[in-house]
Amino acid sequence: MKYLPLLWASLWRKKLRTLFTALSIIIAFLLFGMLQGVNNAFNRTIELSNVNRLIVISKIALTESLPFSYTQQIESLPGVARVCYQSWFGSYYQDPKNFVFAFPVDPERMFEVYSEFKLPPEQLEAFKHTRSGAVVGADLAREYGWKIGDRVPLHSTIWTRKADGQSDWSFDIVGIYTVPSDRSQENQFFFQHEYFDEARAFARGTVGWFAVLIKDPNQAAAIGAAIDKLFANSQNETKAQTEKEFQMGFLKQIGDIQFIVTRILIAVFVALLFATGSTMTQSVRERIPELAVLKTLGFSDTRVLLLVLAEAVLLCLLSAAAGLALATALFPKLKNMLQVVELPAEVVFAGLGMALLLALAIGLPPAWRAMRLNIVDALAGR
Amino acid sequence: MSSIVSLKRVAKRYQRGKQTVEVLHSLDLEIEAGDFVALMGPSGSGKTTLLNLIGGLDRPSEGEVSVGGQRIDRLSGSALARFRARHIGFVFQFYNLMPMLSAQANVELPLLLTSLSAGKRHQHALTALQIVGLAERAKHKPAELSGGQAQRVAIARALVADPTLLVCDEPTGDLDRKTADEILGLLQLLNREHGKTIIMVTHDPKAAEYAKHILHMDKGTLAPQAVA
Ligand SMILES: Nc1ncnc2c1ncn2[C@@H]1O[C@H](COP(=O)(O)OP(=O)(O)OP(=O)(O)O)[C@@H](O)[C@H]1O
Ligand SMILES: [Mg+2]
Repeated sequence: MKYLPLLWASLWRKKLRTLFTALSIIIAFLLFGMLQGVNNAFNRTIELSNVNRLIVISKIALTESLPFSYTQQIESLPGVARVCYQSWFGSYYQDPKNFVFAFPVDPERMFEVYSEFKLPPEQLEAFKHTRSGAVVGADLAREYGWKIGDRVPLHSTIWTRKADGQSDWSFDIVGIYTVPSDRSQENQFFFQHEYFDEARAFARGTVGWFAVLIKDPNQAAAIGAAIDKLFANSQNETKAQTEKEFQMGFLKQIGDIQFIVTRILIAVFVALLFATGSTMTQSVRERIPELAVLKTLGFSDTRVLLLVLAEAVLLCLLSAAAGLALATALFPKLKNMLQVVELPAEVVFAGLGMALLLALAIGLPPAWRAMRLNIVDALAGR
Repeated sequence: MSSIVSLKRVAKRYQRGKQTVEVLHSLDLEIEAGDFVALMGPSGSGKTTLLNLIGGLDRPSEGEVSVGGQRIDRLSGSALARFRARHIGFVFQFYNLMPMLSAQANVELPLLLTSLSAGKRHQHALTALQIVGLAERAKHKPAELSGGQAQRVAIARALVADPTLLVCDEPTGDLDRKTADEILGLLQLLNREHGKTIIMVTHDPKAAEYAKHILHMDKGTLAPQAVA
């Protein structure tokens, strides 16, 4: 600790250079935080996905809709407890950047199949009996200051209304749900499918996909196969998957996030390693006479090694901490894309670990050189 | 006789390519506690080499070096570092201060190796700066000091840990006459008033006059000792 002023002063010997190095580390770790955060969020979605649920989509494409009549047919299969359906509404609130995850659903079925979504019984009743009713996640309600009783307009980028040909829809908030087991799910917006189906200008009688609650998770594969068989050779063939498979498949469509993230980060860190490594080496080389003086004063070889190393650690850790703090501050802005509220702590810790590794990688060679430094030669300028 | 420095048959050889060059030849030397010795001699005669051996910066190829009753010629690197920290204060021709640290922080550097508290380190450094007459420049960086002032800071740094021996390699080599005299006066004061033993290399006969004894060195051997 008492070496801190010495370390600090050495670090800022060339202010601009250190600032530049610090900045590149900050940016690299900002990037690390954001990308790793995205990656982490996706993995978490997969981990948290339910094994009791099957997702049934059109075999042709995720975006292809399915007949509403499948609901009863699927529900009549053995092993199926309950079926609900959803559709993609694709909407925003007031401004296109305020994207809202809104889905038309059957109120009763939805909260039965997604039993981890908690809604007070009287609000569920209200939802069932209000045609233009909507139930929103607690987080979403907080974000826009919505309360029960508010009338909320949403603009759909897909669905026009039969009555006026417009894409502006409005809903009355009758309930606010929570998901205690996964707060990141509290950003959705549900409204009555029945109201939606009647009012929309096209594609009536269809839904986007089904979520099927099954009685025994071990039967998932068999039930999935039975569902697909039921609609084989029909106009609308299906693809039933567990929720987990579905999430993974969905993410695959975006691209192999993990792969891309890893590649980008490797590239960034290799560049960083060279940039900061050479400045670190250069800065130590310039200070050879000073390091020799420290040794003259009685600083041992090991102590000098540790001082140089500590300087690298200080620089890397502080800059990385700044970058990760920035990432923590900015990450919630991705909420609308990711359904994740904050940068996971494990990403921050992983980042700090990386910073330590970086410090060792760029600090060890010059520190080693400083340790081996011969006083007599260095003082004589040899 | 209490010798504070004792060299017996000390030789120092350097490897230059394939050749081995002997810089010091079987050298004997005794310096008493409280002495102020000037070491003179032509360039390349081995003065710095000798000083480095006494100061524990280097080890002899042959012979014995004792300082303060302790054999240092076979000490390990880290033991030598500890020895330097405890017993030796160095003053160089070009001051060798840390440019990014204040005068005060420079003087405090050797104390970082002690178990003194921050407050005590601070206090000791100020006292040392007072002794060299530079207390009011404590907050200045080396670049803001004149050569003479910088050398005073260096002397304060050499003093601060209360070493057994002050080792000075051409401390006035870079200073004008008047400033040099001030610095030499200071060394003399440290020797007389504070009882510091001093060994000083110099090319300047005027500077040597400040010492109690003058040693002459030539081609790696010492001329018989003479009284100044
Ligand atoms: N590390 C070394 N490797 C090779 N030769 C060396 C080394 N150190 C010193 N020498 C040689 O030893 C001789 C004595 O050098 P030293 O520095 O002790 O002389 P000096 O008396 O201090 O000279 P000056 O008055 O110029 O400072 C010189 O010839 C020098 O070149
Ligand atoms: Mg010399």
